[in-house]
Amino acid sequence: MNNADKSLNSENIEIKSNEDFLFFGFFVFLLSESVVFLSLFVAYTILRVHNPHWYPNGVTGLDIKSGLISTVILIACSCIVYLAERALSAGKVSNFRKIWLITVALGVIFLIGQVSEWHNMPFGIDQGLAGATYYLLTGFHGLHIVAGIILVLLMYFRSLVPGNYQKGHSGVSAVSLFWYFVNIIWILTFILLYLW
Amino acid sequence: MTNIPFETSGGGLEPKENNWKVYFTFSTDHKVIGVQYLVTAFIFFLIAGLLAMIIRAELLTPPLDVVSRPVYNGLFTMHATLMIFLWILPANAGLANFLIPLMIGAKDMAFPRVNAIAFWLVPVFGILLVLSFLLPSGTAQAGWWSYPPVSIQNPTGHFINGQFVWLLAIAISGVSSIMGAVNFVTTIIRMRAPGMTYFRMPVYVWSILSAQLLQLFCLPALTGAAIMLTLDLSFGTNFFSPFRNGDPVIYQHLFWFYSHPAVYVMALPAFGTFSEVIPAFARKPLFGFKIVSISSFLIAIVGTFVWVHHMFASATPSWMRLFFMASTMLVAIPTGLKVFAWVATLWKGKIHLDTPMLFALGGVLMFLFSGITGVMMASVPFDLHVNNTYFVVGHFHYVVFGTITMAIYSGIYFWFPKITGRMYSEPWGKIHFWLTFLGANLNFFPMHPVGLQGMLRRISSYDPEYVGWNIVASLGAFLLGMSTLPFLANIISSWLGGKKANGNPWRASGLEWSISSPPPVENFEEIPIVTKDPYDYGDTLTYE
Repeated sequence: MNNADKSLNSENIEIKSNEDFLFFGFFVFLLSESVVFLSLFVAYTILRVHNPHWYPNGVTGLDIKSGLISTVILIACSCIVYLAERALSAGKVSNFRKIWLITVALGVIFLIGQVSEWHNMPFGIDQGLAGATYYLLTGFHGLHIVAGIILVLLMYFRSLVPGNYQKGHSGVSAVSLFWYFVNIIWILTFILLYLW
Repeated sequence: MTNIPFETSGGGLEPKENNWKVYFTFSTDHKVIGVQYLVTAFIFFLIAGLLAMIIRAELLTPPLDVVSRPVYNGLFTMHATLMIFLWILPANAGLANFLIPLMIGAKDMAFPRVNAIAFWLVPVFGILLVLSFLLPSGTAQAGWWSYPPVSIQNPTGHFINGQFVWLLAIAISGVSSIMGAVNFVTTIIRMRAPGMTYFRMPVYVWSILSAQLLQLFCLPALTGAAIMLTLDLSFGTNFFSPFRNGDPVIYQHLFWFYSHPAVYVMALPAFGTFSEVIPAFARKPLFGFKIVSISSFLIAIVGTFVWVHHMFASATPSWMRLFFMASTMLVAIPTGLKVFAWVATLWKGKIHLDTPMLFALGGVLMFLFSGITGVMMASVPFDLHVNNTYFVVGHFHYVVFGTITMAIYSGIYFWFPKITGRMYSEPWGKIHFWLTFLGANLNFFPMHPVGLQGMLRRISSYDPEYVGWNIVASLGAFLLGMSTLPFLANIISSWLGGKKANGNPWRASGLEWSISSPPPVENFEEIPIVTKDPYDYGDTLTYE
């Protein structure tokens, strides 16, 4: 996207900057979205500090092992997203497609793990603050994983249209950024919920 | 800086008068969306005003005689919700939508489709809110703050109750606002015409940028709070339930972390409008234009750290009260700078008292009043005295009506020729102003003395000793209701058959006046190149 730009007339400059807006706008949106998580984290932290007897009787804490597996899956996701975007930047669209789709598989595995953890949880959402905050934080994060999977698929189908990513791929960059974002949020969730 | 390089640059394109049908379509033209926002907002303004008049009818006499208590609670809850989320926010969004691309020299907003979706969500949640009057449970009744535990009670047992619909509407409103904010911020930062540096942007653009940044970083806290409140209300959780280890004060913090900055989200565009209108009708450059621009940012930054002043009576520790008392008083500095700059702009100017100027001057005057009562209440001991009384209600009505609504009216009259390509009727505009100004002061001033004497807000019956001032306030409210009639008649008849306006009827500075009225579809034939400051009044731009 750099060498060719210098000779462009004003019309083409606009097309390029439209691509530019998309990434910028999405970045701004994610900054905003992170404040939603921040507000939930703050509420959780204050509630937990004020309630030393946190878990219902008979429960000592969450299963760190399953949380750790989820963390590893999401970190792998971020690496794969990075590799896919690099393949696309190098112009290898078919490589990009193959690597890109692994994200969907990992995302689905993460969600299955999440749902099975919910099933095995000894408390429900309406049985005290531990349950309420646990289901809220994991559920709201899970919704973002679902959104991430949909976005990945959307970018995948856009890549099937020939020539779509020749002028730049800010959509793919934005979706990559989104996966890094849900990854960071998850690590914070993991620390706050499982390790505390 | 003496010539006006862009005055004729857009003249090559024909003005584009829209067919009325276009306003009912999913248009992505920012100018159509701007008008859609404004008209929708005004319809909800009339509905919310009607609710206010029912409230004032109830308060005309001390005992409870017009409505029942639950209905009264619903009335003030919905009045506030509609006025904030369906009048001021969308009306500001409408003016900004129309003006921002024109003012910065862009052909449209950065994301036109997102813009259209953001608009169409507004009637959706507006209609949802109005329809909640028909629910068996009635509307939400917990006030627009929706403080728990009142807001998490569900006495009727219906899953779809007024409070639930209210929360749903707030969620949709949040989505719409964030879409708008992302769009405005991206547009202003990324789409300015060549030469349009930050200090060549009009103050209106600065204030929209500051306001929308506040939306981006503060509104999500309300979203988080609303999610937890919905779970508490409908899904049996106990985040905010004081009866089950939850903490209602967390809700108050999250709520005010947004809802105090929301005041600046609503007020900054008003300050922007004053900063455009006053120089144009005083025929002088805006005094201290750079300082006025930066003060918008300062208001936004300081305004993010004052929210606890709404909670001085919520068992807040004294160190926290002290900090927020100081930070709240600090807001008076950047806002005071603005008022000073407007007054200094008037000094030795050639003042033309056309309708937009009347509304701007009336607005600045009422803002000064609300600013003084605001500083009074920032002080903790005084606040504890007037907490939950009509003094607070009087204060914020001077802000939201006296300042912001007056500014929206001022902006509508000022840019009416640009939006429609026609002039409004000046005599009717002046009648509208005097009715509004008189009605607003009659309505909201009496709230201060009765508040100081201890009349509580949100109570449907009151001690007969307050009756005198309340009759004055109610008459003011009915006068305000009537004042919308000349406005509506003027706007509708002028739009249909008013005198044609040229591109720059006010001989005003600013890019939006350099093109035809109404602007052509693409706004600018070529993207203009900006070489001068936005307030180039004086030698070159003369008027009458």
